[in-house]
Amino acid sequence: MARRKSFSTLVFRGTIGSLAAITLLLLIAPTVVVLVVSLTNGYSLKFPPPGYSLRWYVELLQAEHLHFAAWNSFKVAVATTTLSVTLGVGAALAIARSPTRMARILDSTFLSPLVLPALSFGFAALMTFSAVGLGVSATTLIIGHTAVCVPYVIRTTTASLAQMDPALLESSASLGASRWYGFRRVTLPLIRPGVVAGAFIAFMSSFDNVPVSLFLRDARTDMLPIRMWQDLEGKLDVTIAALSGVIIVFTFVMMVLMERATGLSQRLRQ
Amino acid sequence: MTTLRRLPVTAYSLWLASPLAIAMLLFFLAPLGVLGVVSFYGDAAMTQWGTLAQWQKMFDAFGLMVLADTLWLGIQVTLLSLVLGYALAWVFVRTPTSLQPLIIFIVMLPLLTSVVVRTFAWIVVLGRQGIINSALLDLGWIDTPLKLLYTRWGLVVALANVQLPLMVLPLINSLQKIDRNLSDASASLGASEWQTFRKITLPLSMPGIIAGSLLTFAAAITAFISQSLIGGGQMLFMPMYLYQQASALSNYPFAAAISLTFLATVIVCVSALNRLGSLSRWRAA
Repeated sequence: MARRKSFSTLVFRGTIGSLAAITLLLLIAPTVVVLVVSLTNGYSLKFPPPGYSLRWYVELLQAEHLHFAAWNSFKVAVATTTLSVTLGVGAALAIARSPTRMARILDSTFLSPLVLPALSFGFAALMTFSAVGLGVSATTLIIGHTAVCVPYVIRTTTASLAQMDPALLESSASLGASRWYGFRRVTLPLIRPGVVAGAFIAFMSSFDNVPVSLFLRDARTDMLPIRMWQDLEGKLDVTIAALSGVIIVFTFVMMVLMERATGLSQRLRQ
Repeated sequence: MTTLRRLPVTAYSLWLASPLAIAMLLFFLAPLGVLGVVSFYGDAAMTQWGTLAQWQKMFDAFGLMVLADTLWLGIQVTLLSLVLGYALAWVFVRTPTSLQPLIIFIVMLPLLTSVVVRTFAWIVVLGRQGIINSALLDLGWIDTPLKLLYTRWGLVVALANVQLPLMVLPLINSLQKIDRNLSDASASLGASEWQTFRKITLPLSMPGIIAGSLLTFAAAITAFISQSLIGGGQMLFMPMYLYQQASALSNYPFAAAISLTFLATVIVCVSALNRLGSLSRWRAA
């Protein structure tokens, strides 16, 4: 009896353990494969590569159309992040502690872009801008990106507001601090890591945005993810592997820095 | 009177939300209204308004097939990433605390890496000269490279992995909340690990399963880049259908009808899952 039980436990643990191992492998392998292939000295995405060199990274230095798109994406992401933080922190402060029905409605409206298909929204925004006679430009891109990036700031800020002890504000007020002083010296320092984490996620998701950019960009405002997609539709270019390598390393470094500064992983899990 | 109406020092005025509320109204909700208006034009040049022509075209046999196939893709991807993600989350909560941050980091890196890069990685993995084909050729199990890219299964596996972090993080959260004493009690009463899993762990982690499935499903059916690059030109799903009509054919009224249908479908699916979620939370509580 006892032996049968331990056998079934073994089977159960073995199955779930090997599935988990496969999952971890599937999560790591693609990233590693891209990094290895980007160092190939050949002309194809063959794995393993015939030999290793940095030639595609040198090639990347000369790919001006990619520099142009990357610089555009960077500018739009910076503006989007600034706008998202300004609007998002205000909104989070307003709704986080309010028990009213209005606050709940606003909350779900502000977070709705997280699950609604952004492609539908991108197309809707294009229709609207052209209906009022606004051509696509960096401004329309920033507006569109902000609508889909602001939820990240609201989520992380609301979470850190929820963890803050309200008694701190009460005691600061009872000691004679004004509302503004209390915000600056008590609330802001306590929610800062949450705001910074939200800003980081908003920046990354704007830099990476496809569905909104697809409709709101043109040749003058080429965006990096769209440029990469169009290049890949044409042919499987190894330069894109080198660019992917740069993006992976950049993301990795930023994540480590953000983890140190804000405990990013805890915030993403909320 | 005034003291009664005054806001407590711990709260902030709801007016602070008004800039964003106005921006969302103008730039998010109004555009969706514009879609509604545009969808009632009968022709691509937008001269005759007030017909249901685009909606009839959306719900013809072809349109319905694209819609059904997109939803089916979402279900396949969600089920696969649920199986993979659940196993990882189950092992995670039993891993020594010192190793847990490493696993979280491995799960999160793809979440923040560009979606084009992640998709590209799967092109390299699945390609004719990719790691799978070269491994199978070296082992002598196959003579010619298998066609993995541009197939349905290639797309499902790649999408399940691209969206995996969205599934794993809520699962870990809900598994961590389960009191370990429950499974100890179940074991001491003679239940096998499998029985404990089925009767205790699985029902109690339902909120996480539903939250993860909701995010994965919504992401999988709208994953334009992965669908177009890994699925290839042979497969047509709602996002590409919308993009083709809007960009290549400039048929804005029809694209608007597709767009709204897609949006409404996602809203129905998400609220149905949410409903299930609050039901299971209520039962778990």
